[in-house]
Amino acid sequence: MGLGLRLGLGLCLGLWLWASAGWVFAQSSTEDITQYRDMLSDSNPAELYIAAGEDKWNTPAGPKKTNLKYCDLGLGAGKLEGAAAQLPRYFKDTDRVQDLESRLMTCLSQLQGISEQSIIDAPFGEGPKKDLNEIVAYVVSRSKGAIIKVSTQHPKEQAIYALGKKAFYTQAGPYDFSCASCHSQDAKRIRLQELPNLTSPAGAAQAWGSWPAYRVSNGEFWTMQHRLNDCLRQQRWPYPVYGSDLTIALSMFMAVNANEGLYQAPGLKR
Amino acid sequence: MRIRAQENKGRVDVKILIRHDMESGLRKTENGNLVPAWYIHTLKVEAQGTEVFNAQFGPAVSRDPFVNFRYQGAKGDKLIVTWMDTQNDSRRDEVIVS
Amino acid sequence: MDHQRREVMRFASVFGLMASVGLIAPAKAEAWSRAAFAEKSLDAVFRVLGASGAETSSALTFTAPEIAENGAVVPVVVSSSSSAEQIAILVEKNPNPLAAQFFFTARTESFVAARIKMAETSRVYALVKAGGIWTMAVKEIKVTLGGCGG
Repeated sequence: MGLGLRLGLGLCLGLWLWASAGWVFAQSSTEDITQYRDMLSDSNPAELYIAAGEDKWNTPAGPKKTNLKYCDLGLGAGKLEGAAAQLPRYFKDTDRVQDLESRLMTCLSQLQGISEQSIIDAPFGEGPKKDLNEIVAYVVSRSKGAIIKVSTQHPKEQAIYALGKKAFYTQAGPYDFSCASCHSQDAKRIRLQELPNLTSPAGAAQAWGSWPAYRVSNGEFWTMQHRLNDCLRQQRWPYPVYGSDLTIALSMFMAVNANEGLYQAPGLKR
Repeated sequence: MRIRAQENKGRVDVKILIRHDMESGLRKTENGNLVPAWYIHTLKVEAQGTEVFNAQFGPAVSRDPFVNFRYQGAKGDKLIVTWMDTQNDSRRDEVIVS
Repeated sequence: MDHQRREVMRFASVFGLMASVGLIAPAKAEAWSRAAFAEKSLDAVFRVLGASGAETSSALTFTAPEIAENGAVVPVVVSSSSSAEQIAILVEKNPNPLAAQFFFTARTESFVAARIKMAETSRVYALVKAGGIWTMAVKEIKVTLGGCGG
């Protein structure tokens, strides 16, 4: 049977075929998808966002006309190497656990005088969130190849991890869905899309370590806040506030599960 | 534009990424209106003042276009990369081969 | 493969006939050839390029994935062991089949990698012109959609 016929059948009969005699098809398709991703892995368009973000990091902006060189992402003012691979973490000055994006909002507000609310209110990919996207791309690129190392030493870090775990397993919304419905077992998939098991170290590392990412389906760079927002939308949960504790808690749950894994962001996704 | 140009044994490998929406003219907005076509149609690369690569695109080149080509050259060559789009926007960047 | 070979034969005979009665115009390089990109059928693009008798050749290597996870970005690589003047990439089922064409000088290697959009699963043609002669390679690339973004 030719590949074309196999594919045609696969698309027509969908999950039924995979569930029965279709495993051969599924396996060869996965290899083909791997070939596709390998061909795209060089020259990820996220590089365009990284370059723009580097400019934004170094160029004075906002009402205070300052750059971001004194932004402390947890390793000291202006220290970027490996910083993203250790987030979220507790910050003494704000007395809360922050992920990369909520921490960058603190920097933009404190150093440049840009209102946090203006960032929270902006639609994804527009206005101040567009600028933040590029800064995120630059910052995560400086952790590429680092080992994920997220602390659970501080009581607030432990508390937000516990909140994240609770949120991950909570079933809610009109579909009675939780994150765990799709992401707590190995080898699950939606059509050709493999779903990482975020409760396992390997699955969490593969997912957490490859976001933020450039998505070829819409030609946009997506941050983790954007990705989580879309997961919750697919679960038909209420719209989460950008940078809120719930979103940071879910990131904390994934990041801690991913500990010791490789940080490879920015990734390239379908 | 993001240009990487590296020489190895007399061969220069050039990789170019360009930020451009490459609107095909076939995409519709949420309101059902067609987004007008707007895409890069020509990309030229000169090495030391001589053209070594000329690409012509239609609307079916992907958003944020990428091209990779190779020419016989040397470290220190000055590359001039120019693109033009269908709304007469253009951009010119220079890079030195490493 | 048999099916592809038949297609090649069909093109060869149709274009051979057209060439003999002077219906085929040579491709013009340099200035962006709006006409070639506006053509709506594979036949018409072949005609505008002057790729009349293009036949498959072992000198030509065309690399592309069997399945594209997303048709918006499909990586293609074309190379040739002969010295190419021009390379064109055509997607049979796109509204306008000609996706891109590339012109080379004596200093440029016969190699190009690019990323194209595909409206649906289709045969994709890589055409290489070397020494004034067009050769081609054909590959079917399947386009999938689905999932929730990785």
